[in-house]
Amino acid sequence: MTLHTRITEAIRNTASRPALIAYITAGFPNKETFRAQLSAVGAVADVVEIGVPFTDPMADGTTIQRSSRVALDQGVSLRWILESLSAPGAKPKAPLLLMSYLNPLLAFGLDKLPKAAAQAGIAGFIIPDLPYEECDDMRTALDAEGLALVQFVTPVTPDERVSLLAHASTGFVYAVSMTGTTGKNVAVPQDVLDYFGRAKQLSSLPICAGFGIRSAEQVRKLAPYVDGVIVGSALVEVIERGEDPAAFLRALRE
Amino acid sequence: MRTQPVPLDTPTLLANVMSDVYPDARGRFGPFGGRYVPETLVPALDRLQAGVDRYLHDSDFLAELHSELDTWVGRPTPLTHARGLSQRWGAQVWLKREDLTHTGAHKINNSVGQVLLARKLGAKRVIAETGAGQHGVATAAACARLGMPCTVYMGEIDMERQAPNVGRMKLLGATVVPVTSGDKTLRASVDEALRDWVSDPNGTYYCLGSAVGPHPYPYIVRELQSVIGREAREQMLKMTGSLPDIAVACVGGGSNAIGLFHPLVKDRGVKLLGLEAGGIGTGLGENAASLAYGTPGVLQGTYSLLLQDENGQIRETQSVSAGLDYPGVGPEHALLMSIGRVKYEAVNDDDALAALAECCAVEGILPAIESSHALAGAKRFAHANRGTKILIGLSGRGDKDMPTLQRTVLKGLA
Repeated sequence: MTLHTRITEAIRNTASRPALIAYITAGFPNKETFRAQLSAVGAVADVVEIGVPFTDPMADGTTIQRSSRVALDQGVSLRWILESLSAPGAKPKAPLLLMSYLNPLLAFGLDKLPKAAAQAGIAGFIIPDLPYEECDDMRTALDAEGLALVQFVTPVTPDERVSLLAHASTGFVYAVSMTGTTGKNVAVPQDVLDYFGRAKQLSSLPICAGFGIRSAEQVRKLAPYVDGVIVGSALVEVIERGEDPAAFLRALRE
Repeated sequence: MRTQPVPLDTPTLLANVMSDVYPDARGRFGPFGGRYVPETLVPALDRLQAGVDRYLHDSDFLAELHSELDTWVGRPTPLTHARGLSQRWGAQVWLKREDLTHTGAHKINNSVGQVLLARKLGAKRVIAETGAGQHGVATAAACARLGMPCTVYMGEIDMERQAPNVGRMKLLGATVVPVTSGDKTLRASVDEALRDWVSDPNGTYYCLGSAVGPHPYPYIVRELQSVIGREAREQMLKMTGSLPDIAVACVGGGSNAIGLFHPLVKDRGVKLLGLEAGGIGTGLGENAASLAYGTPGVLQGTYSLLLQDENGQIRETQSVSAGLDYPGVGPEHALLMSIGRVKYEAVNDDDALAALAECCAVEGILPAIESSHALAGAKRFAHANRGTKILIGLSGRGDKDMPTLQRTVLKGLA
């Protein structure tokens, strides 16, 4: 099984409930607790997104801007993340993805990145500022190790383009629940549910909804329309308040 | 996207530049440029591209644009023979007076064109970022003139050092949003404007002020600013009988420079020189000279040269001039440098301020601190090349810089 199909399987094999994909910013609130936090989150979530902090996170709201800044101030880098994932110790069963803006990946070097990521136990990448038209080189590089490159669809994406992006994606399709940055609370109106439904029909990969997912009620409402939900800012805020991320994730499923 | 520095095929790229093929269909200037944005903005950029294709060279649109430029902006701007500087520098110095445009800088050329385009595209509101405040003021003025609501994002640090412009934007009816994230200057303002746009990609028009950002912005801005170079070229021929030996402009994102250079690129006999903000030194974090000291990477939608660390994190910049205080540069400049058609150098804060004072004293013109970088670079060139004819893009006036000048040039003068 290639790495990207491991992600797809992990999302599909959740019986009747939607898969839970959890986002954490690597090294937030500090470097020392990264691995323990990853284990705790990975024990509940079906897939974990590890955020690589960047100075200019243009698709992110204030929460992830803040967590990224704290991580950067402590010297968190992609190199540090991969080294720390490669250190001995138990790792979660849940497949791991790296969520990174493009520039830190370019700086690492696309020649070295796929192998280093695969060796560190990474199964794929989410790159919010790398649209389909610009992704050929990245796609080719990641394919060599079977790593996923997750494509986004949004409420303003025309249907033909949803098909194109769903076809080009690997792992799953990241369906943005609203136009805007991460972290805002959304009511999930009927037209957005309809868009998820359309995306699901147009895709052979799982559709996972992200941006603004905060409550068990939202997850229940989304469940018939999507294969998974992505929780980012709300989880980072739980961690920021010093609360238990695993308990928060379990509560989302209730 | 280039993963490794690719050896450039300079002769082919240069030939392509000379036959004006850039940007190509993918928004590339050779290896630079492109469109690195969240998926939410892709349909909006597609619509913008369609609008650009339909209107930017359409005769009715151009008639409307030129009517605004002639009767409201005050174009054509004069070409002034700088007699005092010529004598002192041992050169023939000519100033293209963008400082005399309405609102006081070249930024208005772009704003009025883009706000007209926004109206054609049916946008309900216009947003803009601003560093020195000149693009914010220009966009606020164009929006007031053309009846569009306007919101301007401005870094907290810039609001302080360019305070007079904040009041002007408010008087012109714009909402000014202080940006407290990131570096609190121009770059953070672009990030915030992009976040606003991503929240309402259908109803909002993002009026980007420099030749940076995702395609088609570097192209739109170049086309709208090229009026500077077209006029200056014609004026030089008419008033002096020949083209200059060199054309000089300051470069932050690079909008006034590309506007001056683009119509002169094919004139091989004209040297082109861009001056970046050298700040207080050559080290990372001490300047804003992306071409002089940067490395390739992707920031705010485009692949160009950036001031970044070894992990691809963008570094904070340092310059006395808010308008040049940006860690990236337009992709077309990156190409023009890599093929050697334009030379780029850095000018430090002190030399820029000294040039500003000299221009005030002998020409009776207070230039913007940004433009003073071009003056300082031209002076350096004049001293090394006696008797040459120099065309300087005087991109804006310095009234907005009074708070900074009080703290620097005027300090100690009773």
